[in-house]
Amino acid sequence: MSIPLSWYMILSAALFSIGLFGVLARKNAVAILLGIELMLNAVNINLVAFWRYGTGSIAGQVFAIIVFAVAAAEVAVGLALIISVYRRRSTVIADDLDLLKW
Amino acid sequence: MSSESIIWLIPLPPLLAFFLIVLFTNKSKALSHSVAIAAAFLSWLGGMVVFFRAVGVEHFGKEVFQSSINWIPTGDTWLKIGVLIDPLSAVTLFFVAWTVLMIFIYSVGYHNFGQPKGDHDRPGLPPHGATIADEHGHKHTVPSIEPMYSRFFAFIGLFAFGMYTLVVSDNLMTMFVGWEIMGLCSYLLIGFWYGKPSARNAAIKAFMTTRIGDVFMLLGISFLYWATGTLSFREIFTEHTLSVLAANPTPIFGISAAGLIGLLLFIGTVGKSAQWPLHVWLPDAMEGPTPVSAMIHAATMVSAGVYAAIRMFPLITADFTGHGLTTTMSIIAFIGVFTALFAATIAVAQNDIKRVLAYSTISQLGFMIAALGIGAYVAAIFHLITHAFFKALLFLGSGSVIHGMEHGVFHTGDHSVDPQNMFNMGGLRKKMPITFWTFLIGGFALSGFPVLTAGFWSKDEILADAFANGHMAVFITLAVAAFLTAFYTMRQITLTFLGKPRTSSAEHAQETHWTMTMPLVILSIFAIGFGWIGIPEEFPMLGGLIPNWLHEFVGGTLAEHPEVLAFNIFPLLTSLFVALGGLLTGWLVYRNVKSAEEDRLQIKVLKNKYYFDEMYNILFVKPAYWFSETFAYKFLDQTIIDGFLNRVGGFAAGIGHSFRHYFDAPVVNGFGDLVGESAKRIGKFMAPIIQRGRIQYYMLASLVVAIIVAVLYYFLLV
Repeated sequence: MSIPLSWYMILSAALFSIGLFGVLARKNAVAILLGIELMLNAVNINLVAFWRYGTGSIAGQVFAIIVFAVAAAEVAVGLALIISVYRRRSTVIADDLDLLKW
Repeated sequence: MSSESIIWLIPLPPLLAFFLIVLFTNKSKALSHSVAIAAAFLSWLGGMVVFFRAVGVEHFGKEVFQSSINWIPTGDTWLKIGVLIDPLSAVTLFFVAWTVLMIFIYSVGYHNFGQPKGDHDRPGLPPHGATIADEHGHKHTVPSIEPMYSRFFAFIGLFAFGMYTLVVSDNLMTMFVGWEIMGLCSYLLIGFWYGKPSARNAAIKAFMTTRIGDVFMLLGISFLYWATGTLSFREIFTEHTLSVLAANPTPIFGISAAGLIGLLLFIGTVGKSAQWPLHVWLPDAMEGPTPVSAMIHAATMVSAGVYAAIRMFPLITADFTGHGLTTTMSIIAFIGVFTALFAATIAVAQNDIKRVLAYSTISQLGFMIAALGIGAYVAAIFHLITHAFFKALLFLGSGSVIHGMEHGVFHTGDHSVDPQNMFNMGGLRKKMPITFWTFLIGGFALSGFPVLTAGFWSKDEILADAFANGHMAVFITLAVAAFLTAFYTMRQITLTFLGKPRTSSAEHAQETHWTMTMPLVILSIFAIGFGWIGIPEEFPMLGGLIPNWLHEFVGGTLAEHPEVLAFNIFPLLTSLFVALGGLLTGWLVYRNVKSAEEDRLQIKVLKNKYYFDEMYNILFVKPAYWFSETFAYKFLDQTIIDGFLNRVGGFAAGIGHSFRHYFDAPVVNGFGDLVGESAKRIGKFMAPIIQRGRIQYYMLASLVVAIIVAVLYYFLLV
């Protein structure tokens, strides 16, 4: 019990911010995906930490596992999209993929 | 099975048959009539079981079969419905079951089951005949099967259900339900050949006319319920309730409550049993198929009317002390007597075989009503039963005659011959022996042929009752009516069956199918034998040989057993004289009549039924048309209501118009357009700045917004 809860929170927040920065600043779509993974895992740290310091309900762990599963699925779909985009446009630079523009 | 549960079940088979035929079996004619007849047979069986069990009970009048259930909650109490078989309904059940079953069987032959389909028959019109070729290649026209065969059996099934419901009911509520079901069925069946305008009109006339009676009856029922809080016969006909009702005067002519209720209910009977002045529908009801006429005239409808009146007898006579008739009873007696004579005179001048019978029904019902009016309870019931048998017999017999005549018409191909006009007949006794003999029995029973026939005993009892109680006016009028009855019956028999055929169609008439003659034979047995159960004890020679069972049995229905009349030779001689004299005169006058022109009794006023139809037309129908067309439609509806509505509508339209021009278009639309236009302009201006299509800009934007929201939330709300 030597490590207080706040440390985990700080770690988590730092990880989340790094991930967010990656998502916003990197041009490579794969890197953006990596940033998202970082953000998801930052949340996981939070969940597990709260579970550990919490009242004994296992909801935190369960949620973490669900997040894993969702993250795995998301990575699978995301990477498949990126590969598909690369095959069509020969680029994975997010700024070039401006089809959403109206 | 206990008698009570059988009674509950008696009305159901015909209802079930109705639904079965309508929903499932209507495509198959054989199946449909099998279902209907099986249902009629089941009800008949139930009726017989109940009847003979009832006969077996000593003092059945005191220990009746009854059972009831709670139906509608009325505050703290319940409106009960249930079944009741007392001596009155037991004997009614007996004749209803027999006549209904016979009519069902007869209908199979009447609607030409087994005959080919017509060449150009179509639903809604009577069958016109079919052409068939025999082995030599000769073409014949033969009767064709009724196109709406199944429909007919469905309807008479429902009709029988209505009647059985009415008979087994222990209260006015379900009795009235059965009553109304019959009203509907009479409408459907009189208008069965709805392709004929005359049948349509007759159906509407029958329905509207009986409706007038029904409205009064409903008033009577409401009054009774208001006054006593119950509609159950057993509870109304207690000494206490009756005396309370009898002691209560009402503002109308000072008649007691009992008398007024009885009178209102009796008006229902006047409509249903076609008594003057509501008699006009019954002759027109001849437009329906003949089994329907028999059904209406004998088994169900008109009998139901008299049955209801007899049922209400304790109420009608509640304030009757035995000396002098009460107002209500006088009215009833007057209507009965008047109708008996009045209808008999019309019957003398009718040429249509069924119309003669129709007026004779009205006249005979008048006898029953008159008997009730003078307090002759048992005599009324007796005549009701015997009349049901012999009138069913006569109607089915006339249907058989018409059928035989139609056969002749098809054979000769001369379609100008009306197969119902008696002056086209003659000499049919050799062509149609079974129909002749049974018709003769029926006719003699109707005329009251002495000793042998049922009609003699019942009619004699009515006359004897009138004489013994000193109602001489009633006695004389009824005797005259009885004379006329015998006269026109013999006229009918002579014109139809005796002498020589007057048309070639009559020469080629043919006896009908066994499904039609068999019911005739069975009913003729009752037309003779049923009278023997009511022979007065003191009758010369015959009295006492068979105990006067009917008087004992039916008399037990009343709280005080009616007294047996002292025998008097005078009414007996009278009824002998009128019956035999009438028959003889009828035969003498008509044996040599060749055509309608030679008939000196074709008096215009009788022929036209005393112009009652014309009178009602001027008095009620035309004013009703005028009222609905000129007053209600043109004046009230078009001028006043439509006029008012048009003004209101025009005013509203004007307001709407100005709103549209001075408010909606400039203000509301202007504002709406302004908002839409501004949004469009802003969007056009902002689009290239914000909508870059780069995902990371969007994310950044949403992050910034999320932060702003979080900050605002933190500082403003927490």
